[in-house]
Amino acid sequence: MSVAVESGGSPNILRRADVKISAERGQREVFCGLTGIIWLHRKIQDAFFLVVGSRTCAHLIQSAAGVMIFAEPRFATAIIDERDLAGLADANEELDRVVNQLLARRPDIKLLFLVGSCPSEVIKLDLSRAALRLSARFSPQVRVLNYSGSGIETTFTQGEDACLASLVPSLPARPADAPANLLVVGALADVVEDQMRRLFDDMGLGETAAQAAVDFFPPRRSTELPAVGPNTRYLLAQPFLADTARALEERGAKRIDAAFPLGADGTLRWLQAAATAWKVDEARFRRATQPAYERAQRALLRYREQLCGKRIFFFPDSQLEVPLARFLANELGMELIEVGTPFLHRAHLAAELELLPPGTSVVEGQHVDNQLDRCYAAKPDLVVCGLGLANPLEARGLSTKWSIELVFTPIQGFNQAADLAELFARPLVRRTRLVA
Amino acid sequence: MQLTVWTYEGPPHVGAMRVATALKNVHYVLHAPQGDTYADLLFTMIERLPRRPPVTYTTFQARDLGGDTAGLFQRAVSEAYERFKPEAMLVGASCTAELIQDDPGGLSRALQLPIPVVPLELPSYQKKENWGAAETFYQIVRALAGPQAPPPGFKRPPREAGTRASCNILGPTALGFRHRDDLRAITQILGQLEVDINVVAPLGATPADLSRLGDADFNVLLYPETGAQAATWLQRAFDQPTVKTIPIGLSATREFIAEVARLAGSDPAPALHGAPSNSSWYSHSVDSTYLTGKRVFVFGDATHAIAAARIASEELGFTVVGLGTYSREFAREVRAAAEALGAVALITDDYLEVEAKVAELQPELVLGTQMERHIAKRLGVPCAVISAPVHVQDFPARYSPQMGFEGANVIFDTWVHPLMMGLEEHLLTMFRGDFEFNDAAPASHLGSTAAMPDPTPRAAEAATSEAAPAGAVRDSARGSLWAPDAEKELGKIPFFVRGKARRNTERFAAERSVELITVETLYDAKAHYSR
Repeated sequence: MSVAVESGGSPNILRRADVKISAERGQREVFCGLTGIIWLHRKIQDAFFLVVGSRTCAHLIQSAAGVMIFAEPRFATAIIDERDLAGLADANEELDRVVNQLLARRPDIKLLFLVGSCPSEVIKLDLSRAALRLSARFSPQVRVLNYSGSGIETTFTQGEDACLASLVPSLPARPADAPANLLVVGALADVVEDQMRRLFDDMGLGETAAQAAVDFFPPRRSTELPAVGPNTRYLLAQPFLADTARALEERGAKRIDAAFPLGADGTLRWLQAAATAWKVDEARFRRATQPAYERAQRALLRYREQLCGKRIFFFPDSQLEVPLARFLANELGMELIEVGTPFLHRAHLAAELELLPPGTSVVEGQHVDNQLDRCYAAKPDLVVCGLGLANPLEARGLSTKWSIELVFTPIQGFNQAADLAELFARPLVRRTRLVA
Repeated sequence: MQLTVWTYEGPPHVGAMRVATALKNVHYVLHAPQGDTYADLLFTMIERLPRRPPVTYTTFQARDLGGDTAGLFQRAVSEAYERFKPEAMLVGASCTAELIQDDPGGLSRALQLPIPVVPLELPSYQKKENWGAAETFYQIVRALAGPQAPPPGFKRPPREAGTRASCNILGPTALGFRHRDDLRAITQILGQLEVDINVVAPLGATPADLSRLGDADFNVLLYPETGAQAATWLQRAFDQPTVKTIPIGLSATREFIAEVARLAGSDPAPALHGAPSNSSWYSHSVDSTYLTGKRVFVFGDATHAIAAARIASEELGFTVVGLGTYSREFAREVRAAAEALGAVALITDDYLEVEAKVAELQPELVLGTQMERHIAKRLGVPCAVISAPVHVQDFPARYSPQMGFEGANVIFDTWVHPLMMGLEEHLLTMFRGDFEFNDAAPASHLGSTAAMPDPTPRAAEAATSEAAPAGAVRDSARGSLWAPDAEKELGKIPFFVRGKARRNTERFAAERSVELITVETLYDAKAHYSR
């Protein structure tokens, strides 16, 4: 099936018919949105995530990332039991009791997310009302917000989207006559964020009142929320933020269309989009970005040798698949067999789809057994997949890269381009090293 | 609702997966939303199985809820049957699907598949993983062996003279704590006892194997958490006695051999003498005298915790100060074992409660799960892992059983290595002024992060504290003051026991409302606690 990429309503996007987008349904082998808590709690350092769910939810979070390394994490589960279901205990009173217990234990918490799960959604436990009620009780010390990370509504990284979207209404308002500001949206590793900030500074953003102040969202501390208003232009740093984008647009912010900052080329395009929006002088942009861009390209050279011509197959996981595939194909010469993605946001990914090699097969959704059949038949050199599939594929002689590492590792920006390439080269190098 | 930071057990359907994955030619269709597929990684990443667990998830979404989730489930069952061609199927619901009440059993019956389909009712909001494994194993055993069961009241005739006895081994599952290696150790012992193994289940058994469980003369139950229910039913249905001794530790292994030999009518001597034990000799060796009376805290599943407490007290000469389990199903047994040892019993699945108890009891060694390992690390106490929940480290490349004579050796090494060797203690005391053995250097055997750093410049703190008399240092937690000479005397105590001495002294002072801790208080406390 070959369909045109939808334009998403933006007249700037060219229509192309040469990326084959298809959809399939069946068993999905993906995490639910609760998993995002694992990186979000590291990013927002004074936030606590309380999942209101079942023992399965608690078990998922502690298993998903081997997170038992953290002595006392800033996340927990309020496990629903049969008394809550039978109505013997008022679930709302129970939740209040658990939150009291939690906040007494952790007075350092400034922001509490009540995170909905499959069971809490199905029994229609109204966490938004609970959040209002608890916020009223604990403010101003603690703000309480809610979002859903349930598997019936969210896939893996969509948990971050839901979390950030829930934060948007509490962003301070930026007056309509305030100068334009740039908001970079999506959790990035602190080291990446600092690099990006330096690049924006070198480009001259934030230099004068007439120029843009650059803010990152989410902030490292919940007390440092950036302001948003009609003069806010935002640049997505992650491709999975559909609801957050919508919420920002409701606050008047406007999106800058761009490729995502993966790879040297992707990062340059991403920065260029901001530069263009702010009419940064071409020479200045070049001065600011050229050294880092060229250094990234040099660093990529050795991985290009290792990866060029290798065939890669993506199972759907994080929605990062399309930009990653674009990077691997265009900057490292890999051949894309199938690019699976759990969900394809055609407008946010328009610039990425434009850059994919003609004929690339993008598959939205999943039927894991059929997909495994296609994968075995194609015999790719490298498979990008989740933790449940990796070892079974390795045992059949296929090299794999576990996709979860791609959301936990700093991979965005010029200085991480080679690190990102190395993540894909390592399984192949390893296979050539092992003789026994 | 229960506030849960860590959970010792997964939900009951994960227990069912452990059974399904252990069995051969069985497929499990689980009505569940997409996130529940995380459970696959327990098997592929923690146990490092080279294949996917035989589980199909329906992965329904919110938009399906208004529609036909029942139809979705039936399609998943049909497709799984067509694709995997199992000899038997398990069907059930995870926690979310339980709420939408689609009746997986009825829906799959309506499909009239030509194989046994066993419906599982696993109440996710009451029960947990081990219960789910036990229930699943029992249900599939009943479904497949049941048709072969003799009429009620059947009495097993005595075995014909000259024939070898045979037994089933019950309990080992996928994702079990050392089940693979225990099975090898026990198989070897049974061979020495000239007992044939009829079926091992669930690990490695096919549906056909399960249907002939009744052929064995008796059952060996290795893991009551997962196998007791099935063993009880087999005992009733086929008049098969159950060997109940769990062969963990030297004494228990000897008793196990005696029990099996009695049931099988075989000579226990070759098995008893077949495996000389290093652990027994090492424990008698003079360098082990420093182990005497070490205070240990034991926590795990009931089987491993009870066994560990016995080994600790009888085979290593430790003092068990606390014994606990998260297996509420076996609370009575654990309480009885604790009482016999004069130890505090703790029955809880609340990690925070366990943490508080360890801090309170101040053990010198923690024998627990991976979670207690973290508690112990934080408190600067050595720790060895004795029980599930499993971690990738619990699947070592080498043969490393917990059961049998080799298991006793493994346990000796695993528990003793985290402790400081006696000789090493003396040397460190002698050389503690040495530049490499100074107090600030963390103990190398605990790893760089494990040692609890002695809270250093207390004197510096004191200098800025207005309320404190000159030089005296306020104990932050309880409010007693350390006189400078007492603080200095404390510094003469070897660093690896200094933390304990400080805590004991402060507790002693607090209990007696002693405002200022002097050298005398320090030694009063020492005398008090060394009673």
